[in-house]
Amino acid sequence: MKVTPTDMAGRHLGRTTRRRAAEAVVRTLVYAAGLLSIVILLAIAVFLFVEARRSMSEVSLGTMLTSTQWFPTGTPKIFGFLPLIAGSLMVTAVALVVFVPIGIGAAVYISEFSAGWFKEGMKTVIEFMAAVPSVVYGFLGVAVLIPWVKETFHLTSGMTALTGGLVLGIMSLPTVISISEDALHAVPDALRQGSLALGNTRWQTIYKVVVPSASSGIFAGVMLGLGRAIGETMAVLMLTGNAAVIPGSVFESVRTMTGTIAAEMGEVVFGGLHYSVLFSVGLVLFAITFAINLAADLVLERQRKRWRR
Amino acid sequence: MVMSAVVEEAVMDAPYGVAEPVRTIEHAAEEINGSFSLTDVSVAYGAETVIAGVNMLVPTRAVTALIGPSGCGKSTLLRCLNRMNDEIGNVRVGGTITLDGLDIYQKSIDPVDLRMRVGQVFQRPNPFPMSLYDNVAFGPRTQGVRKRDELDAIIEEALKDAALWDEVKNHLKKHAFELSGGQQQRLCIARALATKPEVLLMDEPASALDPISTQQIEDTIAELKNMVTIVIVTHNMQQAARISDQTAFMLRESMDQPAHLVEVGETKRMFTNPDDRRTESYITGRFG
Repeated sequence: MKVTPTDMAGRHLGRTTRRRAAEAVVRTLVYAAGLLSIVILLAIAVFLFVEARRSMSEVSLGTMLTSTQWFPTGTPKIFGFLPLIAGSLMVTAVALVVFVPIGIGAAVYISEFSAGWFKEGMKTVIEFMAAVPSVVYGFLGVAVLIPWVKETFHLTSGMTALTGGLVLGIMSLPTVISISEDALHAVPDALRQGSLALGNTRWQTIYKVVVPSASSGIFAGVMLGLGRAIGETMAVLMLTGNAAVIPGSVFESVRTMTGTIAAEMGEVVFGGLHYSVLFSVGLVLFAITFAINLAADLVLERQRKRWRR
Repeated sequence: MVMSAVVEEAVMDAPYGVAEPVRTIEHAAEEINGSFSLTDVSVAYGAETVIAGVNMLVPTRAVTALIGPSGCGKSTLLRCLNRMNDEIGNVRVGGTITLDGLDIYQKSIDPVDLRMRVGQVFQRPNPFPMSLYDNVAFGPRTQGVRKRDELDAIIEEALKDAALWDEVKNHLKKHAFELSGGQQQRLCIARALATKPEVLLMDEPASALDPISTQQIEDTIAELKNMVTIVIVTHNMQQAARISDQTAFMLRESMDQPAHLVEVGETKRMFTNPDDRRTESYITGRFG
């Protein structure tokens, strides 16, 4: 069969048009899916802002952010975020103390010392940890940690910032471990070889070369763990006692921003001032977690550039 | 070559019943430096023997080139000399390898100490993500050198030996990744030299570099052989002919049998009048 140039051209042209159409459809769909997440994020911010507007005009954001008391149902009503922010920061700080050493240690172990099926098994277990619902972690805290904290530190109540922070720390571990492990894994093997060939032991190689090389990724993991801890609601609601007072130490009861919203949202008048104030709390929380995640992302991006040689 | 022979004779002449003095890496370093003797060396990955029956001497203060087609075990053999194969699981090294008469695979030898005497430069430059200064200071710091002026002196010397000093002396705080590929490789040479090794193993050190950088590395090697023993793996026949004093040709003739050493000898003779036909075919480019 002879194919003339015209036939060739005609056939070629026909296929290209069809292919181009299919490509355009796929591209539009993928583009829309990508755009949707941005739209949702913006919508959340706008929605929070709109609902919070009443509280901002009636109480003012400055007053809410600087007032040290939270009496949303008292007379007069006082809407001070400081006890809530302090509560959130304190449990998050306790969580940080738990998940930084354990998380980085576990990541180093998985990346540098384990191998084969055991390594895969560990990674699966870590992923499973992330899949456990937070209310289950809350149960664990209620059943084990609350009595333990009460007995060990001779307190009248085991519901403290410490209790909530310990559980938050455990809950944040999967995030910290998997991101740090990725960062350690991404360190080129040539660097380990180079260090060993200079007469360093395996351990010296890890702390002098591998961990510093992965430091920005590990930092990003810690930041994301921090974001997870500060945004967690259920476990802290169950474990911290929820007293809206600026805490003097980790052995006191605290109330977090997330816990406040979850506990009070069901009882407020829809569209009322208290309702609007809770949205302001949400807005503050949103801003804090957004900043943390953004910082982590920037650091991760810098690391990616560094290894792209 | 001569020196290592003397040591072996001395060991063999020792009368029975007289305990040989305990020899450590440090002791050996004071006597003579940097000659290897390989006796019936074999390497196995799991059940598969990949190299067998290698017998050769690596003379001190000279360049020995390992040549042969891809997959013939040149790099594997090289990595036996500083026991970097230990870092890969499931590798067994048979036979005897002695460094200045000292069996480097005997139980009392810590590979970490051995690697301070036998440095290595890798195929691709692998500077650490830190400043030039810290890169070169890395080995000495591991060895416990802490004083600033001592470190400064070591670093200047190493960078001069690696022919990099003039280019970087005013930029020692610069990040190593800012250097060009050729400069990075010379930095890695300086880093290896800073631990004052007696032997420098080079695994195709110029294969990732452009011709000018390659030229600079070759010039550096020519200078360095007055100070250290060099064993270099290279794919480039002309490079082996240009820079080495002794050449060893390895070949794995089929996947069913291990690689072996076809011929080893003075480079000039190997390239003009090889004993073995296979060597001749390889050198003249008929395969590989």
